[in-house]
Amino acid sequence: MPRISSLKELEALKKKLQAERKKIKKTLTTCAGTGCQASKSKEVINKLRKELAAQGLDKKVRIRTTGCHGFCEQGPIMVLDPANLFYCHVRSEDVPEIVSQSLSRGKVIERLLYTDPVSGEKIKTEAAIPFYRAQDRQLLAMNRLVDPESLEDYLAVGGYSALIKTIGKVEPETVIEEIKKSGLRGRGGGGFPTGRKWTECRQAAGEEKYVICNADEGDPGAYMDRCLLEGNPHLVLEGMMIGAWAVGAQKGYIYVRNEYPLAVKHARQAVAQARAWGLLGENILGTSFSFDVEIARGGGAFVCGESTALMASLEGKVGEPRPKDVHTVVDGLWHMPTTLNNVETWANVPGIMEHGADWFAVKGTETSKGTKILALTGHIKNTGLVEVAMGTPLRTIVYDIGGGGSNGKAIKAVQTGGPSGGCLPVDKFHLAVDFDALTKAGSMVGSGGMVVMDESTCMVDVAKYFLTFLQDESCGKCLPCRLGIERMLEIVTDITEGRGRPEQIDLLKELAETVQETSLCGLGKTAPNPVLSTLQYFLDEYHIHIDQKRCPAGVCQSLISYSVNEEKCTGCGVCKRNCPSQAIEGQKKHPHRIIDDLCTRCGICTSECQFQSIAVS
Amino acid sequence: MHLQSIETAVQNRRSQPHQLIEVLQDVQESFGYISQEAMTTISKELGVPLIDVFRSASFYKAFSLKPRGKHVLTMCLGTACHVRQAKLLLNQALSQLQLKPGEMSDDGLFTVEHVNCLGACALGPVVVQNGTYHHHMTPAKLRKLIQSIRKTEKEGKDHAQNKQS
Repeated sequence: MPRISSLKELEALKKKLQAERKKIKKTLTTCAGTGCQASKSKEVINKLRKELAAQGLDKKVRIRTTGCHGFCEQGPIMVLDPANLFYCHVRSEDVPEIVSQSLSRGKVIERLLYTDPVSGEKIKTEAAIPFYRAQDRQLLAMNRLVDPESLEDYLAVGGYSALIKTIGKVEPETVIEEIKKSGLRGRGGGGFPTGRKWTECRQAAGEEKYVICNADEGDPGAYMDRCLLEGNPHLVLEGMMIGAWAVGAQKGYIYVRNEYPLAVKHARQAVAQARAWGLLGENILGTSFSFDVEIARGGGAFVCGESTALMASLEGKVGEPRPKDVHTVVDGLWHMPTTLNNVETWANVPGIMEHGADWFAVKGTETSKGTKILALTGHIKNTGLVEVAMGTPLRTIVYDIGGGGSNGKAIKAVQTGGPSGGCLPVDKFHLAVDFDALTKAGSMVGSGGMVVMDESTCMVDVAKYFLTFLQDESCGKCLPCRLGIERMLEIVTDITEGRGRPEQIDLLKELAETVQETSLCGLGKTAPNPVLSTLQYFLDEYHIHIDQKRCPAGVCQSLISYSVNEEKCTGCGVCKRNCPSQAIEGQKKHPHRIIDDLCTRCGICTSECQFQSIAVS
Repeated sequence: MHLQSIETAVQNRRSQPHQLIEVLQDVQESFGYISQEAMTTISKELGVPLIDVFRSASFYKAFSLKPRGKHVLTMCLGTACHVRQAKLLLNQALSQLQLKPGEMSDDGLFTVEHVNCLGACALGPVVVQNGTYHHHMTPAKLRKLIQSIRKTEKEGKDHAQNKQS
């Protein structure tokens, strides 16, 4: 592809591509995101290519390989257009039938249709699926329309229109005003007003300025940034270009987790393509604007999601945060003014510039505008990425979109905001997804992770899980975080192992508040949230652990014991063979027995037994 | 990408201290761990004091300072996988292979690691074997996976021996 040297030329190319795409009548869209690849979607795509070539259809039908659609659990996903026919769990063996029946004759293959877990009905089209229908997919919808490895695809769906409109034409200050007016707030967890950040960076003095895309999505249970960068990298790039134009930056970085190999690959390809086309580099599209982007891979440290730690890591140093008395917008990367935004924040920018601030601000609440992508996971029927307008109640998300609890157990809580957030009980499900409302309730929107937990989850164990995580991830620079989390973990471990004392609850609260107030960075400041929120809403569970030495959910290993239900046991011996501690005895075809003294409560027998004969008490 | 030598990893990055983590990433990817020799070379070529190279190499979770097995089993212990009993998988792998996390088995075949989220939460619990994702894992499925790797490795070895004799 030759270099494009003017805005006009890009506009013309876009029109040409759009006209070409219109001629293609039939499209087969297959997801090849990380989730669907795990379900072997690559095999399906390869088979599809062969099959279409064999039947001489490869010129007439377009195979579009896309990034994540967000409905990973149903993968591999395939959508046949223009009929909007939706097939799930597609295997390569199904391909010949899809081509000969559905593609050529328009027949529907019943067994590949999606079954709604709530109503039990088979659903034909993508548009009719309740999981999608209840959402407002402003950002995610585009993932299905573009091949992340193709700049042409992005252009054809209207990509880079905001860039054409903005650079060299709209004054940087006007761009910032528009962003301010839209009410866009940081999607990474902090919820800081993006426009304000940009203004401060624009006004700061510095020979060079930087923009950074934070794709170091470390919150366990959140993967919307992976999905966006992996599925639509040019959208993120376009947002960064507009941001760079606005704040006056010449250089940008995408700091991406190395645990997301596909996102790294697609981001690199997108940057290389944009450079080759003249969308990045010197005098972009013939304007006076010069800007380039580099991809840096993270080293797997959770603390590097914090802005100053991330910048230290970009400089090739150990990722430790520093005090932020002078903000990074003034003194950031290499002591230069730096604007750091999250992937989802950048991805929202082109839309705002293209359609205007009002278009964006129509959705949302008083203080939280636009849409937010949430990762809905855990004990729920429909798991996946969900995009809703800010202000949507938790109830709608968990029950209408998520379809309610799986395994037939009642839902007990939803954990929002990852390790910095908290657990909200069912009676708080009327709360809306809104930066301020959730913070007030002791949790936070955070990056948007939403883990639904049912009765089989022990809330004390959840607090222990997050403390273990945070203790492991604390960089150790400041004392409150380094030692405070460790002490809290000791107490919670005591409680889960039957050594808890009633007075420890107050000590835990006091410690939590101290760590919150005195830690250096966001990691430590928010670290006590999982403890505080479970203490606030699930105090009775702590008391049962302490007073009765019992774990009601049957999770805490020291407080439970395994036994064999003799009526159900067939004496097949599978548990005995697989017990790593040789704690099961018994003769073939006779009920087996667990020797409690040898049992380590690893739980392997429960999952191996096909007759559900292992009881937990 | 597989690098022929550490020299290749530092090529085009000489005297650029800020490229330290990128170089460490490439070395880790190609060799499976960061050796002392590698750290000395990187220190010299990038102009970063050896102690800082070591500090970064030991700080970031992505880097291993010890050799890893031919098959690296990575258990995701993120929140979504945790509530779906990912701990059982770790117990299964560690007890079946008689290993501690991060350790290499004596035959050099296995290393079991755990990470805090792979971003495939909807498919949890997830186990990654050398880049291949296995979703909705159960201890039983994992046991079979380990057995099948062992079997394939043994067959490969026998095959090679037969060829030699």
